[in-house]
Amino acid sequence: MSTQPVPKPVAGASGFVDDRIGAGNFLRRNLRKIFPDHWSFLLGEIALYSFIILLLTGTFLTFFFKPSMGHVEYTGSYGPLQGVMMSEAYASSLGISFDVRGGLLMRQMHHWAALLFIGGMMVHALRVFFTGAYRKPRELNWIIGVLLLTLALAEGLTGYSLPDDLLSGAGLRITEGVAISLPLVGTWITFFLFGGEYPGEDVISRFYSLHILLIPGILLALISAHMILMWVQKHTQMPGKGRTNENVVGAPFYPAFMVKAGAYFMFTFGVIALLGTFAQINPIWLFGPYTPADISAGSQPDFYMGFLEGSLRLMPAWEINVLGFTLPMSVLIPALVPMGIVMTGLALYPFIEQWVTGDRREHHIVDRPRNNPHRTSIGMAAITFYGVLWLLGANDEISSVFHVSLNWTTYVGRVLIFVGPAIAYYVTYRICLGLQRADAAVIGHGVESGVIKRLPHGEYIEVHVSPNEAIEAHMRGKEPIPVVTGGGGGDDDGIPSKAMRSPLGKLRTKMSAAYGGEKIPLDDGHGHGEGHEEHTAVGQGGDEKSLTH
Amino acid sequence: MTENNHGIEQPEERVPRRVIGTPPPAASTSLLGAEEHPSTEVVQVPGVTLQDEATAKKGEKYAALCFLVAFLAGIGFVVSYVVFQVGDIEKTQVSNLALGGTLTLALLGLAAGMVTWVRLVMPKYNLVQERHPMASDTETRSYVGETFMQGAAESGITKRPLLRRTLLAAAAPLGLAPLVLLRDLGPSYKDFPAKLRHTVWGEKTKDGKHRKLLVEGSGSPIRAADFNSPGGILSVVPEGYEHDLNALAKATLILIKFRPEELKPGTNLNWTHDGIVAYSKICTHVGCPAALYEQTTHHILCPCHQSTFDAADGAKVVFGPAARPLPQLPIAVDEEGYLVATADFPVPVGPSFWERGDAEAEVREAEVQKGAQS
Repeated sequence: MSTQPVPKPVAGASGFVDDRIGAGNFLRRNLRKIFPDHWSFLLGEIALYSFIILLLTGTFLTFFFKPSMGHVEYTGSYGPLQGVMMSEAYASSLGISFDVRGGLLMRQMHHWAALLFIGGMMVHALRVFFTGAYRKPRELNWIIGVLLLTLALAEGLTGYSLPDDLLSGAGLRITEGVAISLPLVGTWITFFLFGGEYPGEDVISRFYSLHILLIPGILLALISAHMILMWVQKHTQMPGKGRTNENVVGAPFYPAFMVKAGAYFMFTFGVIALLGTFAQINPIWLFGPYTPADISAGSQPDFYMGFLEGSLRLMPAWEINVLGFTLPMSVLIPALVPMGIVMTGLALYPFIEQWVTGDRREHHIVDRPRNNPHRTSIGMAAITFYGVLWLLGANDEISSVFHVSLNWTTYVGRVLIFVGPAIAYYVTYRICLGLQRADAAVIGHGVESGVIKRLPHGEYIEVHVSPNEAIEAHMRGKEPIPVVTGGGGGDDDGIPSKAMRSPLGKLRTKMSAAYGGEKIPLDDGHGHGEGHEEHTAVGQGGDEKSLTH
Repeated sequence: MTENNHGIEQPEERVPRRVIGTPPPAASTSLLGAEEHPSTEVVQVPGVTLQDEATAKKGEKYAALCFLVAFLAGIGFVVSYVVFQVGDIEKTQVSNLALGGTLTLALLGLAAGMVTWVRLVMPKYNLVQERHPMASDTETRSYVGETFMQGAAESGITKRPLLRRTLLAAAAPLGLAPLVLLRDLGPSYKDFPAKLRHTVWGEKTKDGKHRKLLVEGSGSPIRAADFNSPGGILSVVPEGYEHDLNALAKATLILIKFRPEELKPGTNLNWTHDGIVAYSKICTHVGCPAALYEQTTHHILCPCHQSTFDAADGAKVVFGPAARPLPQLPIAVDEEGYLVATADFPVPVGPSFWERGDAEAEVREAEVQKGAQS
C-alpha cells in the first residue's frame, strides 16, 4: 500500500517500541480507523478540547493562586482596592489579574473554556439524544456522559467560588442555604463542609482541592473511558449511501482525521483565546471582597447554574414544620427536583426506551430526529422545561430590560413551567410528522424541479425529478421503531404472555404502540423514487428529466 | 465480562480463542519498516480520491501562508510579554490585548492552515470498514465462563468459607477508615443547631453593656436622634464584630426609620425605638443579604431570588420563595442615646434547617403564657 521505505529514524524508533510492547498490532488495526463525517459529531470535541484548555490554563492559575481565607491588606497594583482588607484568595486573584503578565488572559480563558466545556457537553448530549446514538451498545458511554455533565457542574461551582469576590460569595451563600435545608443531614453537611459555621475559614481551601484535584481527576478518568469506548465501539454514522449497520464509512484516522482533529483543537483554543482577549468575563476587581453582609443587585451565576437559580426564584413559599422539625420545601423542591428530573431522566432514557420498544438490537446508524417523533418531542419538552427555568434565573434582567413587572415574570413562569413543555411536546410531534410526510413526498413523488410544462390538452404542471441519490439514501435510512406486541414473549400463538397481561405489561403494550411503529411510511404506494409527476396523465418520465439535467 | 474490548478492530486474521485480557500476539517484523518497494507517488486505493496537482499546489500555498502568520504571531506573543507590563487597568488592558491578540492569531492561523491542508492537499476519503457485533461468540463466552469457574475453584475461595469470611471481615474496617478520617472536617462541638440559634447580639460587650449598632463600612455608632428622616435605611453590623465574617453572616441588620403611624401590627413595637426597626438582613430563604429597600412600599427585596418582605408589617413575606419573615431584633437606646440591641433575635436567622422547628410559634406561645400570668 505504501510507497517509499520508511525513513530510518522513524523505522528505528518504531521498531524499538514494537520490540518492547508490540505496538504494531495495535497500529495495524487502528492507523486507518475510519471516522464518519458529520458536522454534529464535532460538538463533543468542543467539550473535549475545552477540557484540555482548562487543564492548561488552570495549571497556570494554580501557580499564582493562594487558596486561603486568611485576612490580608491588599497592596497590589489595582488602585481602588489598595488598603482594603480581604482574603488571600481574593488578593491573589487580583494579583493574577494585575500583577502577572498574561494572568488576566489565562483567567479569562479559563472561565470561557469552562463555559464552552459545559456548553459543548450540553449540545453534544442533545445531539446524541435526538439521534438515538445512545442506543445499544452505547448505553454505558451515555451514562458516563451524564456523570461527566453532573461532575462538570460541580467543578464549575467549586471553581466559581474560589476567587472569593462578592459575586462568588453570593453563589457560595446560596449553596450553603441549599445544603443546610436538606432534611436530617443538612446541618451536618454544612458544618462539615465549612468546618463550622458559614463562612468559616476552610471552605476555599477545601473547594480548591476538590476543584484542582479530585473532580478533574475523576473527569479525566471518565473522559478517557468515554474516548476508549467510542474508539472500541466505533463512531455511529448518519444514514446514507453505502452506509449500513455493519460498516463505517468515512476518512481514516491517519492522516486525515488526525489533522482535522488537531485543527479543530486549534480552532477551539483560538476562539477561547479570542474570547479571553476581547470579551471581559467575571471582572472580580469591580465586585470587591466578599462579606456576607453585602450583595450587588443583578447577581447572576454562570449560565449552567441558571436553571437552578430560576427554579429557586420560581418556587412559591412553602415550609413544613412537623414535630419540631422543619422541611423548607421552597428550597428543597427547586434545588433537587429539576436537577433530578433532568439527570435521572437522561441516565434512564436508553433503558426506558428499550423497555418500551423491546428493541435489543445494536444500532450504529443514527436516527434523524423526525423519525422518532416521541423521543424528539420528549427532548424538546425537556429543553423547554430547562429553558423556562433558565430564563427565569434572569427574571430580574428580563424585568428591567423589557420594563415588565418582576412579580409577573415569576407568575408567568410558574404557569409556563408546566404548560411550556406540553406545548413543546405537541408542536414538536406535529412538526416531526410533517417532516416525515415531506420525506415521503420526496421519495414518492420526487423533487419539484422548477420547470413548468404545458401538456397537450393545455394543462400546466410542474415537472418532478427524482431526488439526489445521496439525499434519497439519507431519507431511506429510516427504520420503523419496533413495537412490543401483545405476544411479547415471542410466541406465535398470539396469546399474550403472562408478563404482558399484568397491568404493567398492558401499560407497556400501550406505550409501545404509541411510541413505536411506522407513523408515515416513506413509500405510500406511488412507486419507488422514480421521478414522475403528480399528474397521472403524463407518462414520458425520461423526457422531463432531460429538461433538468 | 464477555465484552470484547480488543477484537473489533481485527477482522479475519484475528487469532481465534484468544483469552480475554492477554496481550495480542507480537509482531514478527519490525514496525513500519518492513516494506521496501520504492516509488515516489501516492498509490491509488479505492475510496481515496487524490486531489489534482493544481488544487494541492494551491492548498500548499494557502496552508504555508497560514502557518507563516501563526509563526509571526507566536513571535509576537513572546515580544508582547517582554514589551508590555501589567499594573493599572490601562497597562493591563494593553498587555492583555497584545498577548491575547497574538495568541489568538497564532492559534487560528495554525487551525486554518491545518484545515486547508486536509481539504486541499489530502485526498478525499470514502473508505469503508466493517463492523462486527460487540458481543464475543458463544465459544469465547463459554471458554471465559469455564476458566472463571475453574480459577475460582483453584483459588479455593468457593469451598473455604473461613478464608472468604475473614477476608471480607478484614476489608470492612479498612473501608470505614476514610470515613472516620473525615470526622475532623467538622468542628469539635456537636450541637450545630444551637450555634444556629444564637448571634452575637445576644452577648453583652466586655464591660457588660448592650452591644451597639454600628453603620456597616464606617463603623460609627448610631445616635437615634440623628437617624431621624423617615424612610431612611442603614446596613448595620454589631459592635466588636465589624470585620468578623462568621458573625456578620448571622448578625447583619437592616435598620429602617418609620413614621410611628406607618408601623403595622406585625411589628413588635416594644422592640422598636421611635419608629426605628431592626430586621435581620439575612434572607430566610437561602441566606443572601436582603439588601434592596423600596421606600414608598416599605418593601425589603432580596436580590438573589426576589423574596419580598413588608418592613412596616414585621417583615412578613409578600412575595417570593421565602417562607418566613425576617426576624426582628429588639433594640433600644443606651444612656448616651446610641442604638443598642437589648437581646438576641427571638428566633434563628437565615435559611431554615431541619432542627429549626417552628420557632416563631414557640415565641408566640411563650408570649401568650406570659400575658396570661401577668
